[in-house]
Amino acid sequence: MQQQFDVIVVGGGHAGTEAALAAARTGARTLLLTQNIETIGQMSCNPAIGGIGKSHLVREIDAMGGAMALAADEAGIQFRVLNRRKGPAVRATRAQTDRSLYRQAIRRIVENQENLSLFQQEVEDLIVEQGRVCGVRTRMDLSFRASAVILTVGTFLAGRIHVGAENYSAGRAGDAPSNPLAARLRELPFEVDRLKTGTPPRIDGKTIDYQRLQAQPGDQPLPVFSFMGSVSDHPRQVDCHITYTNNETHDFIRASLHQSPMYSGAIKGIGPRYCPSIEDKVIRFADRERHQVFLEPEGLGSHEVYPNGISTSLPYASQLQMVHSIEGLENCHITRPGYAIEYDYFAPTGLYASLETKSLAGLYFAGQINGTTGYEEAAAQGLMAGLNAARGSRAEEPLVLRRDQAYIGVMIDDLVTQGTREPYRMFTSRAEYRLQLREDNADLRLTELARGHGLVDDARWQRFCWKREALAEEQKRLETTFIQAGQYSDEQCIALFGSVLEREYSVASLLKRPATTYNDLRVLSELAPFQEDAELIEQIDIQAKYSGYLHRQQAEIDKSIRLAEMRIPEGFDYQQVLGFSNEVKQKLSELKPQTVSQAARIPGVTPAAVSLLLVHLKAGSALRDTA
Amino acid sequence: MLSSETIAAVATASGSGGVAIVRLSGPDAATIAAQICGREQLTPRYAHYAQFYKIDPKTELATGVVIDMGLALYFKAPSSFTGEDVVELHAHGNAIVCEQIIASACLLGARRARAGEFSERAFLNGKLQLNQLEAIADLISSNSEQAARSAVLSMQGVFSDEVNALLQKLIYARTLLEAALDFSDEDIEFADHDRIEKELRYTLDRLAEIYKVAAEGARMQRGVTVVLSGAPNVGKSSLLNALCAEQRAIVTPIAGTTRDLISVDLNINGVPVTLVDTAGIRSDAGEIEREGIARAETARAQADLILQVLENNPTEEKQAVESGSIIVVNKADLLSEQTPRLAEVVYVSATERTGLDQLRAEIAERLDISSDEQQTPFAARQRHLDALQQAQAAIERAMLQLAQAELPELIAEELRLAQQSLGEITGEFTPDDLLDYIFREFCIGK
Repeated sequence: MQQQFDVIVVGGGHAGTEAALAAARTGARTLLLTQNIETIGQMSCNPAIGGIGKSHLVREIDAMGGAMALAADEAGIQFRVLNRRKGPAVRATRAQTDRSLYRQAIRRIVENQENLSLFQQEVEDLIVEQGRVCGVRTRMDLSFRASAVILTVGTFLAGRIHVGAENYSAGRAGDAPSNPLAARLRELPFEVDRLKTGTPPRIDGKTIDYQRLQAQPGDQPLPVFSFMGSVSDHPRQVDCHITYTNNETHDFIRASLHQSPMYSGAIKGIGPRYCPSIEDKVIRFADRERHQVFLEPEGLGSHEVYPNGISTSLPYASQLQMVHSIEGLENCHITRPGYAIEYDYFAPTGLYASLETKSLAGLYFAGQINGTTGYEEAAAQGLMAGLNAARGSRAEEPLVLRRDQAYIGVMIDDLVTQGTREPYRMFTSRAEYRLQLREDNADLRLTELARGHGLVDDARWQRFCWKREALAEEQKRLETTFIQAGQYSDEQCIALFGSVLEREYSVASLLKRPATTYNDLRVLSELAPFQEDAELIEQIDIQAKYSGYLHRQQAEIDKSIRLAEMRIPEGFDYQQVLGFSNEVKQKLSELKPQTVSQAARIPGVTPAAVSLLLVHLKAGSALRDTA
Repeated sequence: MLSSETIAAVATASGSGGVAIVRLSGPDAATIAAQICGREQLTPRYAHYAQFYKIDPKTELATGVVIDMGLALYFKAPSSFTGEDVVELHAHGNAIVCEQIIASACLLGARRARAGEFSERAFLNGKLQLNQLEAIADLISSNSEQAARSAVLSMQGVFSDEVNALLQKLIYARTLLEAALDFSDEDIEFADHDRIEKELRYTLDRLAEIYKVAAEGARMQRGVTVVLSGAPNVGKSSLLNALCAEQRAIVTPIAGTTRDLISVDLNINGVPVTLVDTAGIRSDAGEIEREGIARAETARAQADLILQVLENNPTEEKQAVESGSIIVVNKADLLSEQTPRLAEVVYVSATERTGLDQLRAEIAERLDISSDEQQTPFAARQRHLDALQQAQAAIERAMLQLAQAELPELIAEELRLAQQSLGEITGEFTPDDLLDYIFREFCIGK
């Protein structure tokens, strides 16, 4: 086997697979190393992809040629659109997925990717030469060399599972942790800390009394995740079910709290607030009489059910009693106990926005190792780390997405400038340009850029180009087609446009009205021919409705782009900047931002400090020019 | 690196020189200035003699109201002080005039310049020499420190706590709205429109109150209006002439000589004071004089301080005196020795020029123009007022959308802008804080 690669990816989860695929798509010779090839693409937590904020990431990954959306389309067994009645910016697709179908889809895509090799072996050490990482060493003492290494080791770094008072070392239930690698990384100058996450017990669906529970079918028409996907990609669809905890459940949990490692102090790591254990929910919101539990099928070929909402680290016996107190689950059988897992993560402020570590050149981190949670967050970082590692191996500039371009840009910028104290999850409220960053336009935002970076294949590119051109043409036509005052009857105008037309209007301007949609116009046969592609029509409507807001944000965005383009030279000495406070000097020296825009978002950096920085950068470049 | 924002500020030293220059710099400088001048466009390197029109805040178009007349000079990029498009509007050296021009420019899309920002841009565009770096750095840091200090000063007591409380209210409203966007699949009860509307209504009311208090403070810096009032022929015009030491108003012994308003600019302890002479109020006036009296009444209503001019000591029957006024007995030289001198009355003689310093001191005290007040650069406070106004406008738009049941993310966008504006006064706020509030407020998590 060839021992020299351009990029090595350690870990075969959601970050690792997207990283390896992205690097290989750009032409880098890539090796994916995993403890177990069978668990490539494994969903360790709940069997679902997407949700509010997360689905935006999925669509962006897809727009850049990634695998997640394609796999979700092939594995999704119940699709919903959340916030359907709200506006397009916050509308979000969510798919309940068959774990095994998902794994198969990812495995197939990975195995068929050109330039990508797989190898099953645990990585124990990094090979470091002259301050650069240049390969890895495995358990069998095999060496693999590459100019860039990406670690996507999830919860496996010094992972420890807690169930009641019991705890043991593990990467996830059933898999070994990566302890030698964790020990090795702790020797390097990274700021390491502990986080915690948890899962609920799994239940045998044959023992659930569904008759008494409320069914939750998927949405119609069936949503599709990928820009390249279609409804025909989806397997058979099934329902989820909803049940609730009750006072009995809560009393029982309160009485068992002393057995919970969260409350006994055995767990030190910080858990995510948006995904609390049932113990946390009962304590923190004591006045609530019930909490919702979604019974999510694990797959078409399995009876196992994932009861989303009762993640717990109580001892097994207590888990069983707690579950039995819930309606419909009175006689159910637990197939796998729930557990909490603690793991190492590294402060993401130690990363450049390329996801390369600041302290060891050639080493990239993606996924939970950076303090994030969620498959989608991990995959998005994986994609960027894979791309940038490949570019780094060719001595090319990294691609850094801006906050106005992508949720991916928002997330990575948040991580590298603010750091995180709890597992970081995407929400739409994190994005100040939320109205620009929609599921529906992820391709228009990113596909051309990704194509330029070698991530997008010809089929996707052709489909994209067709859509973009057809959109531009139709929008042009609507802008130059006019409706005269009196051309249509008053009743018809009121019905279509909400008012009588007193003067001439372009069709495009009429589409900005809240009540008017493209499809409404079909009754006006003079305006034919109309477009038939649903995606195209949706785009015309959304852009028209949001245009005023998008236009207003543009100045704010232009300013941020300018600051993002102002690069701070490596090794810039903040001590010499006149007028900086000590706090600002210290923060900037510590975090080493690469652009003025990153510097501006570091807490404590004032607008005046940004001005001073700009002036000094200008002075520096003027000095170099005259030298 | 050319900036995308157009900035505006007074470029000449504060105080009352003969000419004051309002400078605009940035991509829209020329179009904004042209609109203020009521022209299609400005010609570069040409001195336009122009009227400066007030801009209507609603239509964002020039009104018929002329602020001042002066020169407009357009320096096209890169041949300008900052290296960007620059327009200088040369107006008469009156702080009120300059403020109105800047306010009009802001309505047209400019924003007030930060401390040292023109020099900063000049430097960034290579217009200043490298050896000026230190001076520029000094300018930015010391001015922004000063601005910060003055902001603290101006906020003390009234402002800072109130704006923070307001911000909390706004964040709460945002929390209600954002929770329903990001966590709609959770089993939690979201606030209905009435609830959010109530929160916003309350926020808006508080905002209006704070604006009033803050505007009061800013007015001290911008200058104040003092109106001379009193019966015909008590010597108001003589007093105006005496205070400004020139013959601005026509003085005759004929009652009702002054018809229209006459105003002069005084400088009291460094603060610009506009002194307005009005027609004396009497019932048997002719048509022109009646119009003059109507204008006098408007001026009195808008005055910061009224000088109630009498010929003799006030008697309750004779003259009702409002609060917010100083009673001035003019022609004190004609009073007999026996007439008692009252403590609450200022006695002056316009013809003899006596008692004028005492009157100035009294005006300063009543208007609270102490001599250190002028240390606070008023531009900082004015920016705060702008920020409050922007927040107010955004919340008003949000409430309108709420009433029209618009898409919630659009309402959320307006509230984000409102918070951003308030954040300019109080400091940092990152979206993560918003999530903090949501997690505290709602039971989130599956």
